[in-house]
Amino acid sequence: MLSRDQAAEIFARIQKHSRADAVECLFYGSRSALTRFANNVIHQNVAEENSGVSVRSVFNGRTARATTNRFDDTSLMNVVRASEALARVQESDPDLLPLPGPEAAHAPATMPGRHFENTAGLTPGKRAEAVERIVSAARRFKFTAAGIFSNSETVEGIFNSRGLMAWHSQTSAEVSVTMLAGDSSGWQKANSPDVGNLDPVSLAGIAAEKAARSIRPGEIRPGKYTVVLEPAAVLDLVGFGFFDFAGLAVIDQRSFLNHRVGTRLFGENITIWDDVGHPLQSGSPFDGEGISRRRVQLVERGVVKRLVYARATAEKMKHSENAGKVGPIEATGHGFPIPNEIGEAPMNIVFEAPQQPKSVDEMIASTERGVLVTRLWYIREVDPYQKILTGMTRDGTFLVENGKVVGGIRNFRFNQSLIDMLSKVDEMSMPVRTSGEESFDMVVPAMKVRDFNFTEVTKF
Amino acid sequence: MKDLGFWALDTANQRGASYADVRVVNDRSRALATRNGKIGSASDAESEGFNVRVLVDGAWGFASSADPGRSSAEATAARAVDIARASARVKEKDVSLAPEKPVTAEWSTPCRVDPFSLSVADNLALLDEIDSQLRAVPGITLAETNMNFRREEQWFFSSEGASIHQTKYTTGAGYAAYAFAGNEIQKRSYPNSFGGQWQNKGYELIEELELVENARRIGDEAVRLHNADQCPEGVFDIILDGSQLGLQIHESIGHPIELDRVLGMEANFAGTSFLTLDQLHRLRYGSELVNVVADARQEHGPGLGTFGFDDEGVPAQCTPIISSGLFTGYLTSRETAALVGIERSGGALRAENWNRLPIIRMTNISILPGNQDLSLEELVASTDHAILFQTNRSWSIDDKRYNFQFGTEIGWEIKKGKRVRMLKNPSYSGITTEFWNSMDAICSRQEWTLWGTPHCGKGQPQQVMGTGHGAAPARFRKVKVGSAYRGA
Repeated sequence: MLSRDQAAEIFARIQKHSRADAVECLFYGSRSALTRFANNVIHQNVAEENSGVSVRSVFNGRTARATTNRFDDTSLMNVVRASEALARVQESDPDLLPLPGPEAAHAPATMPGRHFENTAGLTPGKRAEAVERIVSAARRFKFTAAGIFSNSETVEGIFNSRGLMAWHSQTSAEVSVTMLAGDSSGWQKANSPDVGNLDPVSLAGIAAEKAARSIRPGEIRPGKYTVVLEPAAVLDLVGFGFFDFAGLAVIDQRSFLNHRVGTRLFGENITIWDDVGHPLQSGSPFDGEGISRRRVQLVERGVVKRLVYARATAEKMKHSENAGKVGPIEATGHGFPIPNEIGEAPMNIVFEAPQQPKSVDEMIASTERGVLVTRLWYIREVDPYQKILTGMTRDGTFLVENGKVVGGIRNFRFNQSLIDMLSKVDEMSMPVRTSGEESFDMVVPAMKVRDFNFTEVTKF
Repeated sequence: MKDLGFWALDTANQRGASYADVRVVNDRSRALATRNGKIGSASDAESEGFNVRVLVDGAWGFASSADPGRSSAEATAARAVDIARASARVKEKDVSLAPEKPVTAEWSTPCRVDPFSLSVADNLALLDEIDSQLRAVPGITLAETNMNFRREEQWFFSSEGASIHQTKYTTGAGYAAYAFAGNEIQKRSYPNSFGGQWQNKGYELIEELELVENARRIGDEAVRLHNADQCPEGVFDIILDGSQLGLQIHESIGHPIELDRVLGMEANFAGTSFLTLDQLHRLRYGSELVNVVADARQEHGPGLGTFGFDDEGVPAQCTPIISSGLFTGYLTSRETAALVGIERSGGALRAENWNRLPIIRMTNISILPGNQDLSLEELVASTDHAILFQTNRSWSIDDKRYNFQFGTEIGWEIKKGKRVRMLKNPSYSGITTEFWNSMDAICSRQEWTLWGTPHCGKGQPQQVMGTGHGAAPARFRKVKVGSAYRGA
């Protein structure tokens, strides 16, 4: 695995090759493995090790980058020359900022450690043992199991010629299980920097129980229903909203927050933060330029309070017609590596705990007629300003009547405005670290939402 | 490269592998993009590495490394063997492979103009010209352009004796114009949405696309959409343009015919398929006019699914998928072919790069054009009342590939053979086999284009792959339209 000292030595060599006014290097490294199973057998089992450097050269308003995974002198010389060649031919951009200095990179005081040796050291044999236990659980139900058990160790770092240096290492482990019965299925997924926080057998048990409870699914008519969305379903929906909290998305007028910052867009029970230092979050404490990530309140009691900014976006916003209408404008440490087309995004979302949290069971108990949703699938944006999303339910969709789950139902297609959904949240659970398939990991609650718009039903 | 292959294969063999293969890849790419006249992307990337895939005790292991030295080759092969032994702890029967004659071969994409040999300044000047044309249209609030090049060189060696060297070039380009006004964001793209058109070609693709020539029209349409009528809801005859039909093929034919999905191997993520084994040669997939092939051969065209050999050394082939409406074939690999008793793999096992395990991926899944001369305008002229859908905006389909919903950037109402009004926010939905059985006309060869879908995701860890889809505009009867906006 690439170390900080090795990266510093490589950066020194790159600086010697560089003819640019300024140079910045992003380093990455990973050692990862993934055991995949289906039909109750391990059918794929992979491991990878890789590291590299991405060099950004800057000449008086011109910048470009080139990337390589080879660290020999010739390769480093070539990657520097490639970035310089791409930069030199551009028109000068007066808005391009100089590289940030070392004062910009300082880790938050509350940043928890995210590197766990037990995760980094997980062996193929240990992953296979866990899969054996998952498969045993499937066989007890006469089901078949499919899923993954993965672990990784990653590093990322940034060095620039003004003396900025930032480095982050972390581990990650993930278990995902689908249990398949003849005409039904159930699913669970969890991940954590610490593999000790994962319980594959428990996840398998919950997935199997969902498959068992939804055997012989019935069909109910599409329409507007009260839904209880488990956290993975919430995550995959709300994830489509957060790239619109980028300052550049508002400047470019491609955000659903155009003319809406400062307005009450969601219900008063919705408060959302971006907080890389939250104990249930993961990721590095600096952005693509090395700027420290700040804790930012995006939504307060339903009101969109502010946006996130890369350095250049903040400068541009201050001089735009939006200045004064979008809340505080400052670099928040959410920028992507430069150059890029989308600016920035909050990627460490944390929903604030509700005043009166309810468990999923309590939400079901208070529902006269509704639908319990385990997971969603293939979500896409239908309308970018009304934020209408379409997608399907999957792997555990249930009819709730008179406060009880009465059985599985065929999967629905929904067409639902995210704005409307977050305005009709009646109950929420305590937020938990959640992993889905359509969006990045977040800390989100389960939600009970009224008038959720199912438009079609499929054949299973 | 041969030495690297030998070191790894020899180690795998000595440690008990019954089969092993090695892929060594050098991957070079360039991404250029603009956003409202500013540089959005200017980047080069080069990645080199290799992998070793082994069968030990009847189970698979795979390991990869960026270090091409001898000790790394041997250690990576040893690691793959250890991983395979762990896999063997959870198996029911040994993996077997459909036989394939090992070959020694060279293959490369026909490439008239090497895109990496050209002036980047000229590339950027072209993007700037497009950007200027788009933003010259009053009402355009955001213009985005992109140009992408890739060169993949791969060496494949197997313990059966295969030695294959392939080089593929990929080129892509496109642009989009956005218009925000009131409570709407409207968008038009060219030649296709989400990155434009992509093919396995050199820079000559860019020269063929007439990018600048279409920019004003695209900008104008994006602005005009604000004053267009909302697409009505109901049951209508519809016509899909070629690029939208290409994506319809991708989602409702290309994915469900992947035999790994059918066999449950993708159940946790990508899903399964309604095309169970009992459906082969029995299911009436579409109308008599529906003829679909999976064709990776160069003679099919420069699609993103065109190659000489797949990533386990199986030559490119043409597999009939739907023949006069009847379901006739799956996408297969050596392992899945053996599992279902097919004599030979159809050659569809592909990997994103050196660090990914090859899995079944679409090649070029194409609908064949109609035999009778029929242009799009003639198809429109022969239609009494329908909605024409152009350029994808949203797409979604369930995890068995039955229920789909697509939205496009623009629609046109056709009445008595003429386009009578522009429609905004058009969408249609349906059930896969019902939809394909409703196709009653398809345009002929002159309207047929081999579209590229450059970012198809599948697998765990996820892999992104380019696929090709030849399509011509086609008409479908009595399709549900407009439900995307119902009640939302």
